[in-house]
Amino acid sequence: MIKDLGWKVGGAQGEGIDSTQDIFALSLFRLGYYVSTYRHFMSLIKGGHTNGKVRITSDISGHHGDDLHILLAFDQETINHNFHELIDGAVLIYDTAIKDAQVPENDNVHICPVPLTEMAKEAGSPIMKNMVSMGVTAAIIGLTPDDFRSVVVDKFGGKGDEIVESNIAAIQKGYDFAKENFKASLELPARPEVKSERLYISGNDAVSLGAIAGGCRLLAQYPITPATEVMYQIIKQFPKFGGTVVQAEDEIAAVMMAIGANYTGVRSMTATSGPGFSLMMEALGLAGISETPLVIIDVQRAGPSTGLPTKTEQSDVYTMMYGSHGEIPRIVLTPRNVEECFFFTLEAFNLAEKYQCPVIVATDLYMGMNKQTVESIDFDKFNINRGKMISDEQLAELEKGAFKRFDVTAEDGISFRSIPGQKNGRFVAMGNESDEVGVEMEEPELRVKQMEKRAKKLAKFNDLAGATYVGAENAELLLVDFGSMTGPQREVYEALAAEGVSVGHLSIARLLPFPTEEIKGYIHNAKKVLVTEMNSHGQLKNQLKQFVGGDHNKYESCLKYSGDPFLVNEIYAKAKDLADSLKKEVTL
Amino acid sequence: MATLVDFRAEKPNWCPGCGDFTVLAALQKAAVNIGLEPENMVTVSGIGCSGKISQYMGSFGFHSLHGRSLPVATAVKLANRDLTVVAAGGDGDGYGIGMGHFIHAMRRNIDITYLVMDNHIYGLTTGQTSPTSDKGSKTKTAPDGAVEEPVHPLQMALMAGCGFVAQGYSGNLKQLTELIEKGIQHRGFSLINIYSPCVTFNKVNTYDFYKSNLVNIDEDASYDKTDRFAAIRKLEEHEENVTGVLYHNPNKQAYDEVLRGYPEQAIAKNDLKITRDEWEKLAVQFK
Ligand SMILES: Cc1ncc(C[n+]2csc(CCOP(=O)(O)OP(=O)(O)O)c2C)c(N)n1
Ligand code: SF4
Repeated sequence: MIKDLGWKVGGAQGEGIDSTQDIFALSLFRLGYYVSTYRHFMSLIKGGHTNGKVRITSDISGHHGDDLHILLAFDQETINHNFHELIDGAVLIYDTAIKDAQVPENDNVHICPVPLTEMAKEAGSPIMKNMVSMGVTAAIIGLTPDDFRSVVVDKFGGKGDEIVESNIAAIQKGYDFAKENFKASLELPARPEVKSERLYISGNDAVSLGAIAGGCRLLAQYPITPATEVMYQIIKQFPKFGGTVVQAEDEIAAVMMAIGANYTGVRSMTATSGPGFSLMMEALGLAGISETPLVIIDVQRAGPSTGLPTKTEQSDVYTMMYGSHGEIPRIVLTPRNVEECFFFTLEAFNLAEKYQCPVIVATDLYMGMNKQTVESIDFDKFNINRGKMISDEQLAELEKGAFKRFDVTAEDGISFRSIPGQKNGRFVAMGNESDEVGVEMEEPELRVKQMEKRAKKLAKFNDLAGATYVGAENAELLLVDFGSMTGPQREVYEALAAEGVSVGHLSIARLLPFPTEEIKGYIHNAKKVLVTEMNSHGQLKNQLKQFVGGDHNKYESCLKYSGDPFLVNEIYAKAKDLADSLKKEVTL
Repeated sequence: MATLVDFRAEKPNWCPGCGDFTVLAALQKAAVNIGLEPENMVTVSGIGCSGKISQYMGSFGFHSLHGRSLPVATAVKLANRDLTVVAAGGDGDGYGIGMGHFIHAMRRNIDITYLVMDNHIYGLTTGQTSPTSDKGSKTKTAPDGAVEEPVHPLQMALMAGCGFVAQGYSGNLKQLTELIEKGIQHRGFSLINIYSPCVTFNKVNTYDFYKSNLVNIDEDASYDKTDRFAAIRKLEEHEENVTGVLYHNPNKQAYDEVLRGYPEQAIAKNDLKITRDEWEKLAVQFK
């Protein structure tokens, strides 16, 4: 497994834990390290425990790591909740302002009490205790106060040089204190070179940028954790791109607005999470039957109902694939890392217009709200393809009223689309079944033709790879996952492969059209198929059984639905057991 | 210049005598009188007998979901401010399932015209109580008479800050046409509630009933259309049986004039590509 260093800060919600985490992670990112972060927070505004973890590695990673090397505690609760995660040789740094601090006994952990608040006061303000603790951390992991300077300048430069200098002074104080008082030292992983094309970005921000690069110019959204950040980012950027954001009155309005704008020729989307997505079901069918492009981002969280609003899950698989009454063509993309959050969203707009149907991009809270290093986002790969839009010239050649918006003779099922403003392009987009020109009808033969037309659209879909495979040819043990689970699962795969297990890793990038042809060989060859997902029904596993089939007994699940993300070790343990049982089968 | 023929599409299949015929005719006439071209107009409707109007109107159309015409119409207008956008539907559609959107569309003051064909009943689902059904009126779902108070859409619109509030009647094509013209010309949200009798299911709110009860306020030269409270009093006084422009405030800014980032040029006419330079500026906040 990747050599790493895990650092975590904890305190009361509202105490600046997020920004402390961000300053640390961004500083290490700028030094060239790869960082993956995780924010633990509750559905409260003030009070309650919160913490933020940063994992530092010398290579790209999609997981915040199991191991904890440094715990920085601003309150007693942080110690109570997180101390047990510290591994041998790890360090606990805590603020001596915590009255009668209780630290569990563990001779293998260095305990570093530091007067964080007191030193921060000396430096100018108690809120600078996070800066003092940066200094302490720097001393322990072999960095210097100067390594934090650029981030401090960027964050506080706007408030004047004095503020910047007092923050730097606070870091220095912590650094000097630690050098003087503690012998503890931890090694950072090998430092990679700094590359300017890397980004330190969350899935939500990547989705937002992907939307902008993909030509989205109208966002209609209703606030919901963990999707709200998409709106924050886009609202900040849109004035520069001639786009606008509507905070809709509810999710039904949001999705209907996205449909209305797409109908009018503007690329538009909405972003939401489970409860909001549930409200959009009727509209999903409308987009399908009226053949209106639509992009929906579902940043999944733990359900059912409002469930665990601040916790992660991948339990909207059924809703995304089957939700809404009746039958429509739809595309469901499941980006597996932050870079894919960008490109899949960008591509979603091309697909929605090409196929004139809804496209759902499924992320989750874990990937959506946490920042990671992304290797690069290549501008040369940006492309815009608007599909079959009829031109004014083509329309001019038609007889008045002859434009067949829902022409069933199109071999690929995709007919030309006009938009309001185009002379001679008049049609009515309808939720009711209609004939080729768009007039409501109930004739059985015509109905069947329209159903078949729509079904044809995705029958030959091959625009994006549906899955990625790495591993041994004819691997006996096949690890399968989708979305954010691909990151940790890749580490499990690497560990098992290094042990000589006949193992493969198949990560699914698209739920619909289900990539059956691409994956069935791997599945049919494997003796055991372990599907790791964050839900309790094994929703992805059930799709594999349905679409790929074979011996149902070979499918196994590795599930987690506590709200906390998987640890790599939890998946590894399950996979290792399976690998061992296969070995036994062979020797028997 | 477009003529009436250009605004005709499918032949309506409403029941003979249905009030909605007049609404369609008035909308078509208004469009011609204003000088609209069919391709630059979009009629968005919900579901119901009334909702079928988008198919019969020869403009671009969107026959959406029950109660959801307003968010679609809002987005059409935002996407292309050069279009004339009319939303239309029934009282069940607009004041029942769509009530939330109704209030919010007025709050936003989006520049669209909303025609509600108010027949005090659910027509398409064959005669159930609607939000505007009179208290005590007997319907299939209220065999002993409705026990709820009806909603008061015009008063609600006045309280919600709607800048153009009017009421028409299917028995008066001329006035209704004028109201729709004025509504379309009003820059901002305009509500026109239209008493449009359902001859099949509503035996109370009939043409005869309206003939003997309606007061035409447009004929009252002393009425001050800019006084919101006068409008409320007028409605109270006549149990809402008033036609004409009840309130008009042309000075409110429309949504697209105040919305953050809204460009001068219609969004639909924007280029979608971003430049390398723009991309680099976006990316730099993550470095
Ligand atoms: C979500 C949903 N619920 C219920 C219906 C059934 N429905 C169709 S039209 C209608 C009522 C129509 O009444 P109104 O809006 O007053 O229009 P009218 O037919 O009277 O013109 C109902 C309940 C539906 N289409 N969609
Ligand atoms: S049922 Fe009533 S509202 Fe519907 S078409 Fe017939 S008369 Fe008109």
